[in-house]
Amino acid sequence: MKYVDEFRSPQFLKGQLEKIAEFPLSARFMEVCGTHTMAISKAGLRPLLAPKIELVSGPGCPVCVTSAVDIGRALALAEMPDVILATFGDMMRVPGPKGTLSQAVSRGAAVQVVYSPIDALELAVSHPDKKVVFLGVGFETTAPTVAAAVMMAEERGLENFYVLSLHKLVPPALKALVEMEEFSIDGFILPGHVSAIIGSQAYAFLPEDYGVPCVVAGFEAADILLAIYELMVMCRDGAGLGVEYSRIVRAEGNRKALEVMHRVFEPADADWRGLGVIPGSGLQLREEYCAYDAGAWGVTSPEPIKDSGCRCGDILCGKIRPSDCPLFARSCTPDEPFGPCMVSTEGTCASYYLYDYAEGEGINPPHQHGGE
Amino acid sequence: MCLAVPGKILELGEDESALIEIGGVKKRISLMLVDDARLGDYVLVHAGFAIEKVNGYEARRTIELFEEIAKLDGTA
Amino acid sequence: MADRLVTMAHGGGGSRMLELLEEIVFPLLGQASDSPIEAEDAAALSLPGTRVAYTTDCFVVKPIFFPGGDIGKLAVCGTVNDLAMRGARPLYLTLALILEEGLPFEVLKQVIESAAQWAKQAGVEIVAGDTKVVERGAADAIYINTSGIGVIPEGREVSIKGARPGDLLLLNGFIGDHETSVLSKREGFDFEVAIDSDCAPLHSLVERMQQAGSIHALRDATRGGLAAVLKEMAQSSGVAIELQEENIPVREGVRGVCEMLGLDPMLLANEGKLVAAVPADNAEAVLQAMRSHPLGCDTAMIGKILQGRKGEVSILTPLGSHRLVRMPSGEHFPRIC
Repeated sequence: MKYVDEFRSPQFLKGQLEKIAEFPLSARFMEVCGTHTMAISKAGLRPLLAPKIELVSGPGCPVCVTSAVDIGRALALAEMPDVILATFGDMMRVPGPKGTLSQAVSRGAAVQVVYSPIDALELAVSHPDKKVVFLGVGFETTAPTVAAAVMMAEERGLENFYVLSLHKLVPPALKALVEMEEFSIDGFILPGHVSAIIGSQAYAFLPEDYGVPCVVAGFEAADILLAIYELMVMCRDGAGLGVEYSRIVRAEGNRKALEVMHRVFEPADADWRGLGVIPGSGLQLREEYCAYDAGAWGVTSPEPIKDSGCRCGDILCGKIRPSDCPLFARSCTPDEPFGPCMVSTEGTCASYYLYDYAEGEGINPPHQHGGE
Repeated sequence: MCLAVPGKILELGEDESALIEIGGVKKRISLMLVDDARLGDYVLVHAGFAIEKVNGYEARRTIELFEEIAKLDGTA
Repeated sequence: MADRLVTMAHGGGGSRMLELLEEIVFPLLGQASDSPIEAEDAAALSLPGTRVAYTTDCFVVKPIFFPGGDIGKLAVCGTVNDLAMRGARPLYLTLALILEEGLPFEVLKQVIESAAQWAKQAGVEIVAGDTKVVERGAADAIYINTSGIGVIPEGREVSIKGARPGDLLLLNGFIGDHETSVLSKREGFDFEVAIDSDCAPLHSLVERMQQAGSIHALRDATRGGLAAVLKEMAQSSGVAIELQEENIPVREGVRGVCEMLGLDPMLLANEGKLVAAVPADNAEAVLQAMRSHPLGCDTAMIGKILQGRKGEVSILTPLGSHRLVRMPSGEHFPRIC
């Protein structure tokens, strides 16, 4: 596959690792994006970089940061008799107050996994007697696609297509992170595909106002390693904003996608699992599109949320590692997840469990670089 | 977040749609979110939409940088 | 034939059912068989051996026709393969049908024809069966159950439990083809990919492997993919498995679908793939023997059996670190994240 395979060549990795090993600096970097967490884990980078470079996973998995209350609302919608809930597959196994969407299906709820919001539109067309509610999850990469689908629905005069918007924005979450007292990250590996939409300039406030080095990285191991090296240089020479993923990300982002997104959505407060409510960090449908807004139906979460001892919140902020959570790998596993960090394949806990961890001790003890 | 894969535009359709190919798989997607995408261009595909065009020049530059670093390893 | 549909009466055990059997089932099965069809309650069989392998399987695939196969072919090959994985020579199959009211006769004919043809190809006889009809909506077009009997040659012991540290793992070709071909035809998955199901009867491949050298453990990779079968093998044999990712064959189209939908080729279903743990000193001979067989020309050596943690399956990355392969939960969904 062009523009994929050539970046995956393993021959690029050894030299990068050596450059990092030789650079006289230790640091703690956060990869914000869940897809980066998974890429790092799949390539086995974490143990190879430790203890010199510690990689901490951040709140960039939209499934993981969806609050339990919001999952409860989605479940309640799915159980309404005239509703078909259309959703990305990522959400199917996330536990909510009454179980998962997947379990709700076995109780009779109509839930359809789709690849694209356009597929949900087609569902609405082929089921005129049902209300098709699309579960809008995802950051700025995905929100424009949902906005586009709403515009298509309007154009086609569809009256049974709705969106429950749980979309969230990345820059406000990063701001909330750096303002936390316990914030002790030396630099951010920024999400490549969110940045394709919002542009690298959207993060300028991080080095400029907070002195935090940032690099926007692609998703191959070689991209991530290069970004890490660039961050190390910034740690030595002064905070800046770099773009490693230049083949996709522009400073100004994708103007057209942003226009579409802003035409349909406007910022709103949002409740992030682990970070709490962050002002202006979510998206809701604008007044003009209220006819498509399933959020306006006033459906609430069915039950009060019980505290299960899940520490996904602290993990999402990088405060603790998965292995620090008392439930990790004991009562919380990918097969029986307590919290979303374990459900989502790119959730921090799932990534660690699958790729970094084995019973008893880490399958990959930290790599000892010669002479250190 | 965000699984997105580069695909080549094989055909341009009506209503801002296109037939793209990713590693032998053909799919119809929407070009509503990108400007000026042409036949033969590579676009990043996410959830049934093209969300950006791939910059071939920058892609080559990145590979060249990777190759340079790899060579350093050999001569170190 | 063109307009005729299956009705409840066709499952009623009376004249309508006899009509259906005599019009479709008996002629098609008869064409593929050397023995005459006997309408008895049970088949009376003589077996050339006393160590018998006996298995059963149900088939509910959707859609029932897909590139490279259909539910009839699947029903025959699936059961033949279960017998083959015990080193048995498959001999006899039963074929039980649950038909949805309203199923066109033409569709039923195609499915039975396919089952008959593949039974003949696999050298097995379909000797008994059953037909039931359920109301519209109570089944999805057609469900099939097949059970199978085969004979295990004297002294042969093939199971999933025998893998030993030092053994090498052989896989007979590309993974993920079956599920990719089925997905491509399923509603809501709107993509085109030229991948055929790998559905095939594997017993003659297994025979060739047995002739070339000893096999310590064997199983076919079906639902749950390569990941599931390796986890089962590691667990049952009480060993650890280490895989070399770059040696696992995956077709470009399967990779493309997986990249696009966020699926893992290791978890995708197969219907014509087996994994064998063979002692290192005869691995090369078995590998060559497999490659000489049409169902094994892409055989690869994908990993090895280690002492390690019992049940642990890991992949050695190009950088020398390991990542774990987990037992799939049983459902996987396309994702955008």
